[in-house]
Amino acid sequence: MSETTNVMLVGVGGQGTILASRVLAQLLLDAGLDVKMSEVHGMAQRGGSVTTHVRFGRRVAAPTISPGQAHFILAFECMEASRYAHYLTKDGVIIANTRRIPSLPILIGREAYPDDIASRLASRCIDARWLDASAVAAGLGNVRVENTVLLGAFSTFLAFPEDAWKQALGTVIPTKHVELNLAAFAAGRRLTQQ
Amino acid sequence: MYLKTLMSGNEAIARGAWEAGVRFASAYPGTPSTEILENIARYREVRSQWSVNEKTALEAALGASLGGVRTLCAMKHVGLNVAADPLFSSSYTGVNAGLVIVTADDPGCHSSQNEQDNRYYAQAAKLPLIEPSDSQEALDFTRMAFELSEEYDTPVLLRVTTRIAHGKSPVTTWERAEATAPAYERAMTKHVLVPAVARPRHTAVEERLARLQAYAESSPMNRIEWGSTRLGVISSGVAYQYAREVLGDNASYLKLGMSFPFPAALARSFISQVEQVIIIEELEPFLEQAVRALGMGDEHPIVGKSLIPRTGELDSRTVALSLAPALAAANGRPAVADRTPANPPTDGVDPGALGAFGTFGTPATGELASLLAPGRTAEQAVGRPPMFCAGCPHRGVFYELGRLPVMVSGDIGCYALGAMPPFSAIDTCIDMGASIAAGLGFQAALDILKPDKPARTIAVIGDSTFFHSGMTGLLDAAYNGVGVITIILDNRITAMTGHQENPGSGFTLSGAPAREAELETLVRAIGIEMVQTVDPFDLAQVREAIESAMGNPGPSVIIARGPCALLRRLAVRRPAYQVDQDTCRKCKACLHVACPALYVDGENVQIDAETCVGCGVCSQVCRFGSIRQTDAAKDGDE
Repeated sequence: MSETTNVMLVGVGGQGTILASRVLAQLLLDAGLDVKMSEVHGMAQRGGSVTTHVRFGRRVAAPTISPGQAHFILAFECMEASRYAHYLTKDGVIIANTRRIPSLPILIGREAYPDDIASRLASRCIDARWLDASAVAAGLGNVRVENTVLLGAFSTFLAFPEDAWKQALGTVIPTKHVELNLAAFAAGRRLTQQ
Repeated sequence: MYLKTLMSGNEAIARGAWEAGVRFASAYPGTPSTEILENIARYREVRSQWSVNEKTALEAALGASLGGVRTLCAMKHVGLNVAADPLFSSSYTGVNAGLVIVTADDPGCHSSQNEQDNRYYAQAAKLPLIEPSDSQEALDFTRMAFELSEEYDTPVLLRVTTRIAHGKSPVTTWERAEATAPAYERAMTKHVLVPAVARPRHTAVEERLARLQAYAESSPMNRIEWGSTRLGVISSGVAYQYAREVLGDNASYLKLGMSFPFPAALARSFISQVEQVIIIEELEPFLEQAVRALGMGDEHPIVGKSLIPRTGELDSRTVALSLAPALAAANGRPAVADRTPANPPTDGVDPGALGAFGTFGTPATGELASLLAPGRTAEQAVGRPPMFCAGCPHRGVFYELGRLPVMVSGDIGCYALGAMPPFSAIDTCIDMGASIAAGLGFQAALDILKPDKPARTIAVIGDSTFFHSGMTGLLDAAYNGVGVITIILDNRITAMTGHQENPGSGFTLSGAPAREAELETLVRAIGIEMVQTVDPFDLAQVREAIESAMGNPGPSVIIARGPCALLRRLAVRRPAYQVDQDTCRKCKACLHVACPALYVDGENVQIDAETCVGCGVCSQVCRFGSIRQTDAAKDGDE
């Protein structure tokens, strides 16, 4: 049986994880693969933790990824990277944004934002690739395209040609934003291409 | 070659209904069902509406069906409790044009107050039950459900769960076929459910059920997939996908798309051809009870809920770990027990739970091996609970309520977050619209126990929830003269489910202008004499209104009117505030408004200018006047 690839996108409501997962799903659909994507709506806009599961292969059964099954995690926020790290397979990779968004207990001063996330994950032999996608996006003129920067960085881990990604971006992203997103995607690719 | 598109189950149900020629659709929004009507509303051939609640939605749907147009009605699982009365009656009346009722259940309570299993409604109301297990089935089965509805003169209950409703998978679509409905004819002996009619209708319903059972035996929605015959899996809905993921071709499957009436002969035939049977289903042992009733367990050992959890949502790992006692022995190693908080406990599985059920020789390779692996421990990450948005009109009200010695009777909506720290200002959250009547009861108890100086009860309820079923509770309070104070949080929209229009918002589901229900007029007509309207961003106004209401022994209403911060057509973005660090006493009182724009920076509190929308609630909490608007500063910069 052909293997299924499991990708999780994790972040904070409003960071564009759902749009990024739609681009990824479009790419996979264009490639003729079976795809299942799962997300939970509801409180997503109220600053809560949000996750999207994307699974693809020749035939995909379950719609969700269980702990220990994720080959890749795209973490849009630093603390969210650690929250879902246990979903990784033994050889899984986290592509993580260094951006920090404090949550309610931190905002009201009951907890501190942890400083040691990268070192803790490293000490547990978790392969995390940290990038400052927000800074790259800001450099392009709009921090909101940090999602596409991250997607670009992630794209080098999969075997799909760059043009296929660009086509998927063109299909999913509204025309007026396509140019900026293509630039963000290219900038993201450069971060992991060396 | 088919052009496939990726669709959620909700989109696919909407598409399937449109293809089946549906012309009327009604719903009250509720996660995870909301997007069904939002999608169906995009088809011009369908007249779609948000109803005031699920009961009126289903009554309207039944009327439309009897009137002669194919109709879809959608709601979340607890919504079907509200609509249960017309549901049971619709079984007796039958339909004219096809009627499909969608219930979207929420195992795991992603956004619900319980995780009830609505498959039992089909059994109780004697309606056929259909359970798709991906988006393609959601589309195809919806089309078939309309055929079934008309052929058997019955509403059909289509049940999805969160992962089917919101999960996306590739779908092949078809064209719309207009349905020709019989002209309406008055049928007193079928549609007028007075006792003399209802008695023979019950007999008709039982006869229909027998015919439906015969259909279920050979329905294309029910199928057997042969693999190893050492193990037979009986499953439906999303649980079937988890079973497939875990067991692959190491088992055979009786996959039920139409799970009620239960296809007993098909199940008998399947069971007789496998050595042992496991029923894999989410929540209740609905299928298991039907399977056990076949009485085949002696020769073909059966397990179900003794292994598979009855609470919470399933996933592949949960299913794999649940089967571990049976799987692991076959692999010559002890059962895997991964007891991290993020993983479901398997400790509860008593080897005795296997009973006569043996082990099956499933090799733990590939996906199954990774599912059974001990796994990593979850990091102890700081929580990220949802919180009131910057500029949310509820913030100020709950800030004030949190400072009062009152019982606060809560309701369903974003404002349930008022129960969370730092507000901690809600005592109960029960069901849609419960706050006022439950508050009435609590107030009555206080009056009975301390007649001399009774404490006060305040009910808080959103605009949409008030229209849904809070109005009747308020009428109850006015009629019986019980002094519950009601605050209607009128944010001009149904916010939590993602901004659906409602009778007070001024627009319909299709975006057409609608007559706005006037809350003040409505509340007065109900019999409330003291009605105050306040700006919830003005804390002094909120405080004074509550004080006046508490000075009045009778029932009263405060309408806190301020638009949802995410509602673009009404929300106003004013210049951001900032903290004057020179005069700030670092008391951090402002953090008690729990705004995402305020953050601690060492000793200081800062305001993120991008997030702040200038609502000014934090500045009213500061006793030293150190939080001020930045418009002057901004003008200076430019």
